[in-house]
Order: sequence, then structure tokens, then C-alpha cells
Amino acid sequence: MRAFFPIGRGLLGGGLGYLIGAGMIAALRGQGLTAEPALAVGYGLGLIGWLLGVGMWEVWVREWLGWPVHQEEDRSWVRYFRFTTDHKVIGVQYLVTFLGLMLVAGLLAMLMRLELMRPGLQLFSRNQYNTVMSLHGIMMIAVAVATIVGGLGNYLVPLMIGARDMAFPRLNALSYWLVPPAALALLSTPWLGGFDSGWTAYPPLSEANASGQVLFNLAFITVGLSSILGGLNFLTTIAFLRAPGMTWSRLPIFVWSIFATSILSLIATQFVAVALLMVLLDRILGTGFFDPARGGDPLLYQHVFWFYSHPAVYIMIIPAFGVILEILPHFARKPLFAYRWAVGGFFGIVGLSFLVWAHHMFTSGMPSWLHAPFMATTELISVPTGLIFLSALGTLWQGRLWLRTPMLVALAFLANFLIGGVTGIFLADVPTDLHLQDTYFVVGHFHYTILGGMIFALVAGLYYWFPKISGRMYNERLGRIHALWFFLAFQATFLPMFGLGLYGMNRRVADYPSYLAGGNMLVSMSAFVLGASFVFLIAHLAYAWARGPQAADNPWRARTLEWQTTSPPPVENFPILPRVIGDPYGYGVPGSPYAWIAVAGGEGE
Amino acid sequence: MSALREGHAIAVPLRVPRFGLWLFLLSESMIFATLLSARFILQGTYRPAELNQALGLAITLILLTSSFTANRAEIAIAHGKTSTFLRNLLATIILGILFLIGVVAVEWPEAMHFAPPSSGYGTVFFTMTGMHAAHVFSGVVILSLIYRLGRRGAFGPGRMWGVEGAVKYWHFVDIVWVFFYPALYLVR
Repeated sequence: MRAFFPIGRGLLGGGLGYLIGAGMIAALRGQGLTAEPALAVGYGLGLIGWLLGVGMWEVWVREWLGWPVHQEEDRSWVRYFRFTTDHKVIGVQYLVTFLGLMLVAGLLAMLMRLELMRPGLQLFSRNQYNTVMSLHGIMMIAVAVATIVGGLGNYLVPLMIGARDMAFPRLNALSYWLVPPAALALLSTPWLGGFDSGWTAYPPLSEANASGQVLFNLAFITVGLSSILGGLNFLTTIAFLRAPGMTWSRLPIFVWSIFATSILSLIATQFVAVALLMVLLDRILGTGFFDPARGGDPLLYQHVFWFYSHPAVYIMIIPAFGVILEILPHFARKPLFAYRWAVGGFFGIVGLSFLVWAHHMFTSGMPSWLHAPFMATTELISVPTGLIFLSALGTLWQGRLWLRTPMLVALAFLANFLIGGVTGIFLADVPTDLHLQDTYFVVGHFHYTILGGMIFALVAGLYYWFPKISGRMYNERLGRIHALWFFLAFQATFLPMFGLGLYGMNRRVADYPSYLAGGNMLVSMSAFVLGASFVFLIAHLAYAWARGPQAADNPWRARTLEWQTTSPPPVENFPILPRVIGDPYGYGVPGSPYAWIAVAGGEGE
Repeated sequence: MSALREGHAIAVPLRVPRFGLWLFLLSESMIFATLLSARFILQGTYRPAELNQALGLAITLILLTSSFTANRAEIAIAHGKTSTFLRNLLATIILGILFLIGVVAVEWPEAMHFAPPSSGYGTVFFTMTGMHAAHVFSGVVILSLIYRLGRRGAFGPGRMWGVEGAVKYWHFVDIVWVFFYPALYLVR
């Protein structure tokens, strides 16, 4: 019971905050507690109440007031339910929360495929379908943005650079605890009429639909804040907390990918927050940002929104590249090919990502002289992406591949991302995009990059670091079966979508012409098999965490620092900080040490 | 290791929080940059003739003066002069509150007549001044907490990161107004 005390107090604080805020506004304006202005103010105060209740009061506010801070030391499992500052605990909190969200959002996808199995309307009204689709979209976006960065990144970056914790441990805890209220808000939108504007929330629809939209905007801004604070923390940690000898050119590639991603989330996320805030102001205070009748411009929203949301897809995919490039050398037993070029590729993507946003708007009615420049910059992205991809292929080239589960999933990632990348070209080219915009071709394309890319990388990373995080080993045979199952079901689900899109199936619509029935039946059937593979994955890992055999400290014989400590690592990560003296990926290079670990009294590797 | 576990107890060099604060300000500046560009995209260089220029100039001078007193406070505590520090900090807080009164209690009711939030100019005017005033308000709260801690003797030479951080934030909010004031009151 003790475990849920902080969360219970947080819920109490949140509820009180909501009642005070919403009640005040409701009394002032003579409206109900769920009228939109009351909703917005109530959410704001509720969020503050939740954070204070869940632990900010002890950890932070008492210090601001100059009172003694007494923080409980709890090493039992209870710490996972508290405002704990240990980056490893926060990493696991992120992983579990977002894997749970992924299952919920996946269930929504199953409902969508059930509806789309046959033409006509079976399960939902059109409006309900759109709310389900929007919820699936935004929750999966959150999963894609935060699971690798917040989960694996938090757990691994301090370990990989030989630090004791993140630079701002309390800020780190705050970043995590901002997530549950946002998830709660999203999941309660259906009781406020839902929101049918998709995760992109374009006005004028998002300014005219049901009040669920207000909660969506507030939740999105909250998750954005969490992402900004996380990015700030990673940048500072990587810049200043590296172990002695860990020069920039000795950083593991995964750490580089988190560094590049953090630049994007730090700078770009504010734009979407402002765009969503403007929608809220239009709805609640009656301003006219996106209403032409009041001097506004709906296209302005799309510009500001995509100025974040295109970089956001790189927030999703750069850490995925990082995970894959991290795994490949360990399992090919070869140095990472073209390490510096891959790092350059990350930063090339970061730079270019701010110059491509309007390729989402070729059919929006923006001035047509903008088409060619945005087409050109978008195609240019394939250069840095290609560098990263070639780094992966070069690492495999003539390697002695060790085909364990993480490696199998990593290879699947490469195949998926190739298809995802190549189909992107047709969407970047204006002439083809005019035909393909808003069809299932787009749906196929971004699921190949985000699910086939980011989620595959997440799964590869989960298998790879599972022994480190849990101290247990998963079952290799079940892992391989799952890898194959996952890969085949994924192809069968999303490959036909390209064809459906070419034949004119629209996205975000609950119905379709009957000549598309065959393809949709195939997609739906495969989607159920794919959904089951996720349940299998989670069940397998949960079982292995509870009952699996003890894992060795370094089961993959990897060189990077996180494997040189115990599994799971002690609270302080390394009893004595390691000293780095060589290249992290010098596999098979004679006489190439990486680090001095004081405990072992010898060389790492 | 128990002391180590508590985030605030890790002895990190000052450049770490300093860098973090700069990143935070960089991130914040994107909000203001978006609003500033929205002002020109939606309204061009239009501004209503009814704007109270005297009030605009007055609150701008008040805010700029507050940056000066904030700087005096920071330098005073760096030299260990606690009473000068507290005096200047209090002056900064009062100037900040005066600015807020000028914007929210005087300027807004006036603007409601010629540029209500539902008008084109009112949209950008109220959003920009509102977003900025919210930051000034948070700055006043932070400076007040610093003042309270300062009176309890929490700061001195070499242990003044709280003061430095709060004052840097205050300057940042000031600089934002240096961009917003001409964009709202002076462009033609």
C-alpha cells in the first residue's frame, strides 16, 4: 500500500487543483466544470497539484522555501512508484509506462482494422472512428518520441559515458512525472466528445469540434514540456559528465544519436507548443490566429506545426539509428564503419530537418513557388540518411555475423527502413505527392519508418539491453521466433497499404469503396497477427524478468562501458569511475583496449 | 552513496547548471520568436493609432531599470554586501510588479476598446503581452523566493548560483521585451 502513497497524494493534489481551477472559472463565468475555459485552467492547476503531490514538494519546493529537504532513501521496488531521481529507475519508469501506452494505442489500431475489415460502417460511427484514429495517432507519436530517448536513453546514457547520474536528476524525475497526467487527459477525451482532428489537429476543424480537443492540446503541450526538459538534461549530461578520457570521438554512437536528438527536442518542441496554444486561445479567448474572419490564417498553423513536427520524426528515428548502429558492431564483431560520417549524418539531419517542413503542405494551397525549394531540401535529407545507412551496411560487410535476437531485429530494421525511405521519395516529389497525399500510401510510408524503423529499433534495443536492465536473460529461442513473427506480420500488414493508397484509398476515413475490400481484409488479418506479436513480446519479457535465468554482466562480450559494470548496475553505476583510453568499437583490432575499470583491476573488453 | 543519490547533493561545477540555464533560455526564446513572426505574418506592420505610447514607453523604461537593479543586486552579493543585495533585489521586484500593473491593469483595459482579442491586432497584441507578462510574473515569483532565501543568509560570495540564475532569467525576460516593444508599438 505504501507504494502507492505518492501517487495517491498526486492524484489527490491533481483532483484538488482541477476542482479549484475549474470551479473558480465556472463560478466566474457561470458555466459547468467541463466548459472549455474551466477545463483549461483546471488542467493547469491540476497538473501543478499532481506534481506537488507526487513528490516535487519534498524534493524541490522545500528547498526553494529554505526548509530542510529530507528525501527518503528507498531501495525496494517501491522506488519505481516514487519521485525517484536515479536515472536507471526513471529509465525503467519510462519504458514500462510507454510500453503500456503502446499496447493501449495498439489495441486502438486493432479496433480500426476491425472497422476497416469490410466496407461500410460496422463498429463505429464516423466520428467515433476519427476519435479512435486520433487517439491511436497521438499516443503512438508519444511512444515514438519518448520510449527510446526517455527509456533506453535515460537508463543507458549515463552508464555509457561513465557518469553517476544525469546532470539534473530532479529535472529528470519531473520529465517523467509530467507524462501520467497527459496520458490520463488523452484517455479521458472520449468523455468530452472525443477529438476527430487527428494528431495534427489542423484548424479550422480543431477550433470547431468537441471539447476533447482542448484536453488533447493540453496533453500534447505537457508531453512536449517533458521532451524539452529531457533534451536539456541529455545535452548538459553528455557535454559535462563524461568519464575521464571519454573524448567526443570515443562516445558510443547511441550517445551521439541522443545528443543530436536532444538538440531537436530542445529547440523544435516549443513551436508545436505555441501552435497548440494558439488553437486554445482561439477556442477559449476568441482570438483569431487561424480564423480568416478575424484576421487569421489557417495555413499559419500548418507552418508552425510542421516546423516542429517534421523535426519530430527525426526525434523518433535518429535514436533508432543510434540503437541499430550500436548493436551492429557488437554482433558483427567489427569496428563501426565510418563512425565520424555517421555522426556527421546525425547532424546533417538535424540541420536539414528545419528546412523541409512545407513538404507536408504541397496540397494545402500554399504559394506554388514554395514547392520546388521544399522538394529539393527534402530530397537532400537522403544524403545524411544515406551516410548512416551506409555506415550500417559497411559494418556488416565481411563481418562475422552473430545472429542472436537483437541482431535479427536490427537486420529487419535495415530492410524496413530501406522500403520506408524509398517510398518517401514519391511523397517528397511534388508531381507524385499530389496524387498520393492523404492516401494509404502515406500511411504505409510512415509506418515503415516509424513502426518498421523506430519500434523495430526499440525492440532490438530491448532484447540487447534486457540482461543489463533486468539482470536476467530472455529465452533465445522464443526471441528468435518473435523476431521472425514480428517481421513477417509487419510486412504483410503494411506492404499492401502502398497498393491500397495507389488505388485511391483515403486515410482517416472509416469507410472505403468496395473494390478495395480484398486488400483491406488482408491488411486487417495481418494486423491482428502483428498485434499479437506485441502481446507475446511483452509477456515474454515480463516472464523473463520474473523467472528468467541470471544474466552475465556482459553476455554479448561488448566493449562499451555499460557492460563493464554488474547487471543490473549498482546505484552509483561504477564503484570507481572508469577511465577511457581507446575506441569503443575496436572489435578484432589487435591490442585495442577501451577502458580501465578499477574494480576489475584491468582492461575493459 | 546515500548522499550521492540525492540529486542536489552531487557536487557539480557551476558550468553545468549555467549551461542548462542557457539551453532553457534558448528553448524559451523559440516561443517568443514564433509569436513575433506570427505578428508580422498576420498583421504586417499595422498598428492601431490609439495605442498609449506614453504608457508603452513608461513600462519599457521600468523594465529596463529593473534589469539594472538586478545586476546591482548580483554584483553586491558577489562582494558579500548583503544589505545592498537585498535592497536592489527588492527594487527589482517592485519594478517588476509595476510593469505587470502597467500591462495588465492599465494597458489591457484600454486596448479592449480599440483592439479586442477577437480583432486581428488584438490577437497578436494580447497573446504577445500576455505570454511576456506570464514570464515577468514567474520572474517576480522567483526573485521573491530568492529574496526570502537571501534574508535568511542563504547567499554569499561563491554560493550565489540561485541569485545568478534568477537574475539571468530576469535579463532574458527583459530582452524579450526589447524585441516585443518595438514590434507592437513602434513599427510603421
